[in-house]
Amino acid sequence: MSTIPTAPADETPLLQVRDLSVSFLEGKKKHLLVDKVSFSVQAGQCLGILGESGSGKSMTCKAVLGLLDKNFEVTGSSLFDGGELIGANPEKLRRMRGSRISVVLQNPMSCFDPLYRLGEQMEETIAEHMNLSSKAMHSMMVDILTLMRIRDPEDVLRKYPHQLSGGMLQRIMIGLAISLDPELIIADEPTTAIDSISQYSIMQEFVRIKKAGSVAMIFISHDLGVLSLIADRVIVMHRGRAVEEGTAESVFASAKDAYTHHLISQHKAVMNRFLMAIHGSSTREVVA
Amino acid sequence: MKNYVIMRLLATIPLLLAISFLCFVFINLIPSDPAEVALRIRQTPIITEELIAQTREELGLNDPFLVRYATWLWDCLHFDLGISYTNPARTVLGEIGRCLPATLELAGLSLVYVIVLSLPIGFLSAVYKDTWFDRIMRGLVFAGTAMPVYWVGLLLIWLVSIKMDLLPTSGYGGFSSLILPAFTVALSYISTYIRLIRNNMLENMREDYVLYAQARGLKQRAILVRHILKNSLQSCVTAIGMSIPQLISGTIVVENVFAWPGVGRLCITSIFNRDYPVIQAYVLLVGVLFVFFNLFFDILQYAADPRLRERKN
Ligand SMILES: Nc1ncnc2c1ncn2[C@@H]1O[C@H](COP(=O)(O)OP(=O)(O)O)[C@@H](O)[C@H]1O
Ligand SMILES: [Mg+2]
Repeated sequence: MSTIPTAPADETPLLQVRDLSVSFLEGKKKHLLVDKVSFSVQAGQCLGILGESGSGKSMTCKAVLGLLDKNFEVTGSSLFDGGELIGANPEKLRRMRGSRISVVLQNPMSCFDPLYRLGEQMEETIAEHMNLSSKAMHSMMVDILTLMRIRDPEDVLRKYPHQLSGGMLQRIMIGLAISLDPELIIADEPTTAIDSISQYSIMQEFVRIKKAGSVAMIFISHDLGVLSLIADRVIVMHRGRAVEEGTAESVFASAKDAYTHHLISQHKAVMNRFLMAIHGSSTREVVA
Repeated sequence: MKNYVIMRLLATIPLLLAISFLCFVFINLIPSDPAEVALRIRQTPIITEELIAQTREELGLNDPFLVRYATWLWDCLHFDLGISYTNPARTVLGEIGRCLPATLELAGLSLVYVIVLSLPIGFLSAVYKDTWFDRIMRGLVFAGTAMPVYWVGLLLIWLVSIKMDLLPTSGYGGFSSLILPAFTVALSYISTYIRLIRNNMLENMREDYVLYAQARGLKQRAILVRHILKNSLQSCVTAIGMSIPQLISGTIVVENVFAWPGVGRLCITSIFNRDYPVIQAYVLLVGVLFVFFNLFFDILQYAADPRLRERKN
């Protein structure tokens, strides 16, 4: 903590994670899932976390959010706006989740409770962090959906999760994530489980959010192409360790780590296609 | 919703017909001659061939099989279940009606035990998984399913009624006489439902919707009750629908252990006496109970689950 430099206020990272390790405790055995990962995110910036499935991306975020139960051992430090999150009071962490730090998860179809209407689930989230009259609550929910370009918001609020598409539910999740004006949004593979047309428009939403304000973002993906659209800095995770770190450009252009090279070559074709789709032409060539 | 209910109601008709037919066939497969049995039970001093023939005629046993089935079914539909062989002064319906309230009291209190005990215990065992509470409960659940009902009944009589002298040992009279037999009936169901609720809860806890609910900052208690418990109970509804008729018919052993004057004991007595109409009525009653409770709880679950409502419309 004494190592925080005396930099101008806007240079101080909003979230600073140092030597974060997560182990899964199984009886007397300890399985190391995340091994001394460090990164930081500034307000208005987006950190991309790249890595194949099982590399520990979600674990890292769950540890930061305090969502791991006592079967996991979390060590290291995670300073959010100057306060330590690791080992913090669970009630304090809970109040922070959803309001100051919000998340968008991978499987929109299974992230909502099938037995409650979308309106009820949005309402319980907002009510947890704000005191609103039922009229104000309703108009806030309609506003969120309208902002997310969802047609017939009144109708959607009355729907059950199974009656809506994955892309639609993902939009609602994003709307809910920005509704309480968070300082940090953690998006854990938000485009992985939905069809490619929705993927594209969901990415546009995230780019819009990033451009709109000073919110910090952690964007997780196993897809280099997706990250190149939004991330300012990228860390590459492999088997629980951060094997590479740098600006998005430098990681794509001159990866030092062999594993990153592997990822880049694997995704080069996908990336080109993606960029073509978004920019209309090859305005941004991929450097191998 | 209305269509679904009508469809399900119509579907019960062939089911009920099949049940009644099987019930009739099995009773008729019993080798001894009902006419002779009826005469013996009425303590007729000398049973002659003519007398048997006459009784056969009287009981309608000479008609062809299908005619007898149709007559019986027709009568059943008019709530005429025949006359008891043992006591020709009594109708079978009257006998069942006399004994049914005692059985329903027993089954009703058992159901209360099942719900009141297994819901909180199952819930807490899941929430406090692997703590001493959960371990003890798991042990008790195992014991509860492993011990035969009549043995538990006798054990309870010995312990609570004889050793501690707290409750009556057997017989019918007031609420205190109901406590032990009802608990005995309920025990294996309590164990089953504790395990069912606990497992359902633990399964639901691993779902994405729970992670997302936590990530939205909802209170742990709200997540447990509003979301996890509600989802866990969803699949218990159908099971309860099957358990209620099982409880009613399952009192048969306990009624005999505790000398409880319900339909279970009536059935056993009738089996000893070869009182066919009563046995037949009992079997039919149990079959009909299964069909209707199953139907009722299916409709209930259908009404409670938006996904089911959607699919069947
Ligand atoms: N609930 C869990 N218990 C034990 N190990 C887990 C659990 N969830 C994930 N893991 C393990 O942790 C590692 C990292 O998982 P995760 O962070 O989900 O990967 P990803 O990078 O795909 O998000 C994987 O090896 C996985 O097997
Ligand atoms: Mg993941």
